[in-house]
Amino acid sequence: MTSTGLGLRDRVTRLVEAATTPLLPRDYLDLFAPLRSGADLRGKVVAKRHETADAVTVVIKPGRGWREHVPGQYIRIGVDVDGVRQWRAYSVTSDRAATDGTISICVKAIPDGKVSNHVVRDLRPGTVVQLDQATGEFTLPAQRPAKALFVTAGSGITPVMGMLRNHLDELPDAVLVHSAPTAQDVVFGEELRAMAATGRLRLVERHTERDGFLKPVELAELVPDLHERTTWACGPAGLLEALEEHWAAEGIADRLLIEQFRPRVLVTGEGGAVTYNKTGTTVESDGATPILDAAEEAGLIMPSGCRMGICYGCVLPLREGAVRDIRNGELTVAAPGDGVLVQTCISAAAGACDIDH
Amino acid sequence: MTVLQKKSDNPVAHLSAEDVEEIGRRLDAIRQEVVDSRGADDAAYIRKVIDVQRKIELASRAVLLLSKFPPAWFIGTAGLSVAKILENMEIGHNILHGQWDWMRDPKIHSTTWEWDMASPAEQWKHSHNELHHTYTNVVGKDNDLGYGIMRVDEDQKWIPLYLAQPLWNFVNACFFEYGIAAYDLELGKNLATEERRNDPKFKAAAKQVLKKIRKQATKDYLVHPALSGPSFVPTLAANFVANLVRNLWSHSVIMCGHFPEGVETYEKTSIEGETRGEWYLRQMLGSANISGSKAMHVMTGNLSHQVEHHLFPDLPSNRYAEIAPKVKAIFDEYGLRYHTASLPKQVASAWHKVFRLSLPNGWMAATTPKNAPQQVAQLYKLTTGGPKVRRAYDRAQRAQAEQALAA
Repeated sequence: MTSTGLGLRDRVTRLVEAATTPLLPRDYLDLFAPLRSGADLRGKVVAKRHETADAVTVVIKPGRGWREHVPGQYIRIGVDVDGVRQWRAYSVTSDRAATDGTISICVKAIPDGKVSNHVVRDLRPGTVVQLDQATGEFTLPAQRPAKALFVTAGSGITPVMGMLRNHLDELPDAVLVHSAPTAQDVVFGEELRAMAATGRLRLVERHTERDGFLKPVELAELVPDLHERTTWACGPAGLLEALEEHWAAEGIADRLLIEQFRPRVLVTGEGGAVTYNKTGTTVESDGATPILDAAEEAGLIMPSGCRMGICYGCVLPLREGAVRDIRNGELTVAAPGDGVLVQTCISAAAGACDIDH
Repeated sequence: MTVLQKKSDNPVAHLSAEDVEEIGRRLDAIRQEVVDSRGADDAAYIRKVIDVQRKIELASRAVLLLSKFPPAWFIGTAGLSVAKILENMEIGHNILHGQWDWMRDPKIHSTTWEWDMASPAEQWKHSHNELHHTYTNVVGKDNDLGYGIMRVDEDQKWIPLYLAQPLWNFVNACFFEYGIAAYDLELGKNLATEERRNDPKFKAAAKQVLKKIRKQATKDYLVHPALSGPSFVPTLAANFVANLVRNLWSHSVIMCGHFPEGVETYEKTSIEGETRGEWYLRQMLGSANISGSKAMHVMTGNLSHQVEHHLFPDLPSNRYAEIAPKVKAIFDEYGLRYHTASLPKQVASAWHKVFRLSLPNGWMAATTPKNAPQQVAQLYKLTTGGPKVRRAYDRAQRAQAEQALAA
């Protein structure tokens, strides 16, 4: 485009903005085309199908601004539950080649899960949801491993399913050890078994109601060559901790990649009143709840990202006070004027706090 | 109205302190019920209103592109007026109160919203949410009482300048959005002294308002007319009329909220150490409702439920109608006056007060066709006579009132 062209475009934009003030042109465009390019990233639910009794695959047509994801990555999705916007992270499970510009996530209803139960039971095709671009490091390297091991449990299969659907043919030797209460509870059970039947994947199903939870020692028996493999693991915190310990003890910690969707709470802070100076709000926050969650519960709009201490999308300056990292108990103290940047998603109040927001 | 504390027949004298706190507890319970049941239907409501409002505005502005044809002008102007009223009342006012913050939608949130109004949202939220809603009807504290330019209470001293207040009030009604902007800036106070004029805080705020006004005016009086090409002048006129209609409407609705005869006002000292129950009681008696149809409630931004709004400023406006009977039941049980009447009645009542108090206390009531010449002569004396004459008149009035009371 020529410089005159750019100038003209700028002028037109400015004119349209002058015509819509105090709103922006996009506030009107959103009424008619919420998925257009240039809009905040959103998606429309186009289909929903049950994988098991309590897990569904949700097929979403993302807006024009969607950038391709790498299989294994997750997206954050904002869904209105009882009128309140809730954000959660889910792995993208779809096959990039087979889908028609749509992506899929798989959601399993967890007990008392506000969002998961809503998605599984009430979310209707046609609903527009809020999205963030895919992110995450839990992916296959460009140089595919000669030998791969996937250890998953429950809905932990979802990022791995994304990898298998897209890249199984590029993996010369892949083993999946998956735990679920019973055979019926295996998310993507049929599809996984079909993959195994073609000989491209060695599938070990562990039905924990009968066999009990998987122990790393048993894993070593099931997969004798696990030392030679690069391992991707995703599942409940207990399983991941056990695997990390085992891999560390064997001296091969660098060959294990794990994915988790919630920070592991190891310690709790003391709690305290958190004041947000710009909104003039004070929120009483306990020592186990991240200040991000407590603030949102009180109706504040907070910056947020992964909600597990990774992406730094939630960072705000702590003007004064103390917070504790709920993952390791580390205390961060700010004196007036310090403005220490803290991650609100993994920090709980450890006394009265004054946050610049 | 005389402040409640000085009235001979104090409307809350029959309530014990325990009664007042019980009223507070019951109102808290009503509030909690609504908070606990806010949900998807409420969210759908506000989104629908916003959607409809924006579509009406777009359609009206589109029709106005052909405004040199009279039918297009009339339809477009009517539509734009309705859109501007909805935007200010049911949408803007209520979002800026934080009524919809619980949805956690950054696009419908009190901290991000900006409205089609001369006053920037930020400044209005301070003067309205923090000052008016806290100090409701407290003489000397609540600037909404007469907006600092009018006498709306017997306890405000009468000076001849107030004779012109019906005119002020009408001018203010026509240009209400600018009146509000000036009021949020506390323009009168801040322009009064050199020091205040040069206060960087005031200067920054004034600059912010001027910028907002420039943008608003550019949209309504330049860009939209220019886009109408040969219909430039009729479109400009249409925008002017729509703003005028919106201003007159919102001014009328807002006058009805606290100005009608019989709404209570309070002494400054009366709110020191006020309890939650007492605060509620002040709001109950300091507000007046407008009765009418569902459409009327929406067009007033549900400020027709002013009583409920002042008790619970942050509850979603669509729920006021549902709690109104429960609130009224509390008024009835405790022998309090639930002030409600139709829009024409409340507007007339508010204007009556504006006229009555533009004159010295008791003058209007004492004037009959028979004694009119003497009364006018007296008014002339009071107007031209200086403070001494007026003080003497006030003393005579008070003595008369005491005599009447003794009798």
